[in-house]
Amino acid sequence: MSAESVIQITDVSKSFGRNPVLDELNLNIQAGESIVIIGQSGCGKSVLLKHIIKLIEPDRGTVRFDGLDLQEVRGRHLITLRRRIGILFQSAALFDSMTVAQNVGLGLRESKEHTVDQIEDIVHEKLDLVGLADAAEKFPAELSGGMRKRVGLARAIATDPEVLLYDEPTTGLDPITADLINNLIVELSQHLKVTSIAVTHDMVSAYKIANRVVMLYEGKVRFDGTPEETRATEDATVRQFITGSARGPIKVR
Amino acid sequence: MGLGVQALGRKSIQSISKLGGFFVLAGRFLASLKDIPKSLRLIAEQIYFVGLKSFPLIMIISIFVGAVSAWQAAYQFKFIGAPPRLLGQAVGKAVVMELAPVLSAIVFAGRVGAGITAELGTMRVTEQIDALESIGINPVRYLVMPRVIACMLMVPFLVIFANFIAIMGALIVSIVGVDLTPEIFLNGFKDSFAMKDFNNGLIKAGVFGMIIGLVGCYEGFITTGGAQGVGKTTTSSVVVSSVLILIFNFVFAVLLFRI
Ligand SMILES: Nc1ncnc2c1ncn2[C@@H]1O[C@H](COP(=O)(O)OP(=O)(O)OP(=O)(O)O)[C@@H](O)[C@H]1O
Ligand SMILES: [Mg+2]
Repeated sequence: MSAESVIQITDVSKSFGRNPVLDELNLNIQAGESIVIIGQSGCGKSVLLKHIIKLIEPDRGTVRFDGLDLQEVRGRHLITLRRRIGILFQSAALFDSMTVAQNVGLGLRESKEHTVDQIEDIVHEKLDLVGLADAAEKFPAELSGGMRKRVGLARAIATDPEVLLYDEPTTGLDPITADLINNLIVELSQHLKVTSIAVTHDMVSAYKIANRVVMLYEGKVRFDGTPEETRATEDATVRQFITGSARGPIKVR
Repeated sequence: MGLGVQALGRKSIQSISKLGGFFVLAGRFLASLKDIPKSLRLIAEQIYFVGLKSFPLIMIISIFVGAVSAWQAAYQFKFIGAPPRLLGQAVGKAVVMELAPVLSAIVFAGRVGAGITAELGTMRVTEQIDALESIGINPVRYLVMPRVIACMLMVPFLVIFANFIAIMGALIVSIVGVDLTPEIFLNGFKDSFAMKDFNNGLIKAGVFGMIIGLVGCYEGFITTGGAQGVGKTTTSSVVVSSVLILIFNFVFAVLLFRI
């Protein structure tokens, strides 16, 4: 457990009613790392991401961000801390009463650190990065699923957070747009030194953006290694997942 | 039998934790009041959205409630031999004290309270409230406080309007049905009219507005489970706030009028 871990997840357990999801899970993430989390649908990847930003609290165990135990961070401190993290929700979770530009600019407007003109420029720049400069005045209901995902991404990066959580950033995108998003994620992590944690089922994207792959299985970290180690693994469970086979040790529930 | 007791136990634990959650939200609402200056635009928006929704329905209800009150009072007067000039007094009291505040509040709960729950409930199940939190916005300040304040301001406004329309309804009946002159009716009304009653009616209305806003937001926040969940909490929002309005109204009556 080295000192510069930005995120330390220690013995975290979480169940919903009688449904255990995370079971004494441990995961440490260093600043600047680019992690991809893989695992079967329903295994708790999204739940894990939400723990990092305290949208969900663990039943047992601790989540630390920059050394702070999230359980003890509240009120104004929690708001300040959350502004250092950006999250792209699996469902995009756009504010449907606001235009695309207002969605992307909301965090900037509320932090009151920029003028209206600056916000407009930043919004335009971020929308450009995700290839949606033309959609600024549209409402979420007028967008396709993939476009919504990209607006969600633009919103997540709007405030230039130090840590980015991506929940399936390329799901629902065509291969070309997916590549644009992969490049953007790589760009953010390599040039801006953003720590990134991405959940994905898309192994092409995983190998492209990750310098570390983590697989969740039955509430725990089953595998943790570099992309090369992932490709070469002997673990039948991991192999079954990355090669995408219905036959093997993983039972499809 | 055992199962029944267990289910009952579970139900009461749920109700208690729901009540606890409600008071937590009410506390956070009070704490967010210090941010009113930052949130004037949001409050103004909500007043605009909330404000205009209920007026047409309140107008129709009030005119008929005023009319039927006058009719019934006149009918009772005939039997007990009370002079018809007292009509303005009797109807005026009932309308200003009870009918206008309670009916306006219940209509408001059905339209605005339900609307708030449906909106916030949808935002909850589509993770929009999580998204707000994730970009460092306190959803109580951003969503709850402007709505509750809008309700607290608009219900009293609606009550003033309802008072006026209901008295008009009663006036029409007393002119057309009872053959009173407008002067007699209005003089009777004026004699009985006390600014204190009117003010109490408005304070009551403000409290009702707060109940409707807080219950509406709370039910929205605890929504789970998609469209069906939104339907459930929306209904629950109207039922809970209507019942609370009636209970509080009775408590007010007991506190204000010593019999
Ligand atoms: N708010 C919630 N209430 C109850 N159960 C939940 C909630 N959120 C998640 N779960 C449950 O937790 C488990 C893990 O869900 P999660 O969304 O993390 O899966 P996932 O790994 O992200 O799957 P996918 O790849 O399909 O997105 C599921 O069984 C789900 O039913
Ligand atoms: Mg998920």
